[in-house]
Amino acid sequence: MEAVSPDPRLFGRPDEDVDARLYRRMRFIRRFEEKLLLLFEEGILAGTTHCSIGQEADAVAVMAHVRPGDHTFSNHRCHGHYLARTGDALGLYAEIMGKDAGVCRGIGGSQHICAPGFKSNGIQGGIVPTAAGIAWAQKLAGGDDISVVFIGDGTLGEGAVYETLNIAQLWSLPLWIVLEDNGWSQSTPLAANFAGDMRMRFEAFGLPVSEIDSTDVKAIETVVAADADHVRTTRTPHVTILHTYRLCNHSKSSDARPEDEVKARWATEPLVVHGPRLQDSLRDTIDADVEAALDEVIAHARSLP
Amino acid sequence: MIYSKALNEALHRALGEDNRVVVLGEDISDPYGGAFKVSRGLTTAFPERVKTTPVSEQAIAGIAAGLALGGYRPIAEVMFGDFLSLCFDQLLNHITKYNAMYAGQTTCPVMFRAPMGGHRGYGPTHSQSIEKHFLGMPHLRVLAASPYHAPHDAFADFLAKDDPVLFVEHKLLYPKHLTLPENGAVGDFMARTESSPGVLPSVCLSLVPREDCALTVVAYGYEAQLAASVIEKLGMEEELFCELVVPAQIAPVDYAPIEASVASTRRLLTVEEGTAGWSWGVQIASSIQRTFFGKLAKPVEVLASQPTVIPGARRLEQEMLVGAHHIEQKIREALS
Repeated sequence: MEAVSPDPRLFGRPDEDVDARLYRRMRFIRRFEEKLLLLFEEGILAGTTHCSIGQEADAVAVMAHVRPGDHTFSNHRCHGHYLARTGDALGLYAEIMGKDAGVCRGIGGSQHICAPGFKSNGIQGGIVPTAAGIAWAQKLAGGDDISVVFIGDGTLGEGAVYETLNIAQLWSLPLWIVLEDNGWSQSTPLAANFAGDMRMRFEAFGLPVSEIDSTDVKAIETVVAADADHVRTTRTPHVTILHTYRLCNHSKSSDARPEDEVKARWATEPLVVHGPRLQDSLRDTIDADVEAALDEVIAHARSLP
Repeated sequence: MIYSKALNEALHRALGEDNRVVVLGEDISDPYGGAFKVSRGLTTAFPERVKTTPVSEQAIAGIAAGLALGGYRPIAEVMFGDFLSLCFDQLLNHITKYNAMYAGQTTCPVMFRAPMGGHRGYGPTHSQSIEKHFLGMPHLRVLAASPYHAPHDAFADFLAKDDPVLFVEHKLLYPKHLTLPENGAVGDFMARTESSPGVLPSVCLSLVPREDCALTVVAYGYEAQLAASVIEKLGMEEELFCELVVPAQIAPVDYAPIEASVASTRRLLTVEEGTAGWSWGVQIASSIQRTFFGKLAKPVEVLASQPTVIPGARRLEQEMLVGAHHIEQKIREALS
């Protein structure tokens, strides 16, 4: 697929500052997915989808430190990662709509996305050794490219992850594992799935771990900037644990989480945290930009064969 | 030259000629060189691109997948083919998916080398021929080692194409001499190679011209060698003549060489060491009986091992796994 240059209304205008750009990209992902869920309600989409509403700060902060030569492997909840990496709203909408213009011509659908430097797969765990293999390829090739893989707290139940942690450390692979702990594995709370200490699971293999419990994109960015740099310069693995919260359901249907718990988290979601750093007028302009651009994209995608 | 030595030389050659090739697997470092010594010398000659791994088959398979996505040509040694069960997720949901589900944007050319097979008393989990669970997996090619095919050709085929490959190596072939067709012959057999375009050739062996053969036997790997010994004996001693077709690629099946033989013999026996049911032979029988509906002298016979665990006791294993005596009995039935 030819890379399409992203719409500046979604991905960032050349003259805007970092705060504005971070906000714009988070707003872009948020509204992309909210509109996607409406398209499901409308009945024009088949299958299922896993949105990342509430976790946009992770994707935007991490991708701010991923370079063109790097490789990103994402999971079933990949829209935010993909959009933050590529800005390609049309390719993803068209893909999920099953259109030939989709990034994978409609074959992959919501969970199986591919673009230069980006892949996602809907099977838990198995993407981690694959990302390690890409890291080995990068190491063999020389240079300073790195391999980034996004996993969730639920993925920590998969044995392939631990096989890979051992080897990545043993072989010094430039693998950056970004763990988004959103507290819920589909409908099961972390406490019902998880024994022991999350950080220590990685440290037991000798991997360095950074950890932050925040939805503040700037605070996250500070952490991940150092982590990306660590992997890039030392050519060794690193783990970043981002404690966050998923505001939407696991997939399309309700996952029966406590309503008041979810409601309380809306008060600290990334746009609420970061938005006030922008002047109201700028924020309104960006919101309008995103709205107009996405509506154009959706109209275009609908018209495609 | 014995098969394992030829295989080892072919690996050295692949690594030497193509710097995309990476080899990984358990216990493959020198001086040990792998459980069957097939990888001996590789870590010494190519330390950057050959690595021994922890006991982690999911990671071996996944890392190989990542290497392939990253432009390399990984060859993963699975210590015993039985352990491919631990690689199944990577093969089914990752490696064989990437090309098609990403609409051709990427390829994932991984080769798994898997020592399969019994007859050695290694018991239920170190003797199996489990390739039937991988036959028919979309976008996976399955190749099988045989005494009549140079192992280098399998690697060359893998390196020339862009799809993932499972290379099934029967363990009993390792100490046996390669007997490649030379000047149209393998020992007392007349030998010819046939294939559809782009597919590794099948080797067709017979003591007399095809027109004088009354049965086609199709077999791969060690079972092909067993079948050859039975066919030779029956031909020499009793003038019961069969043609043996030995494919190098067992999935997808290259039907052309089998059909060419069956068109003449009108009888077919398939032989495999894997357990009976849902198997390679069943697939071939289905196709051949459709193609030759009304023209066969007898229904296609499928010979496979009993559908149970492989016993550790040799006396029990000999009854359970397809051996020469089973093949001889089936050939006699088919010719009766």
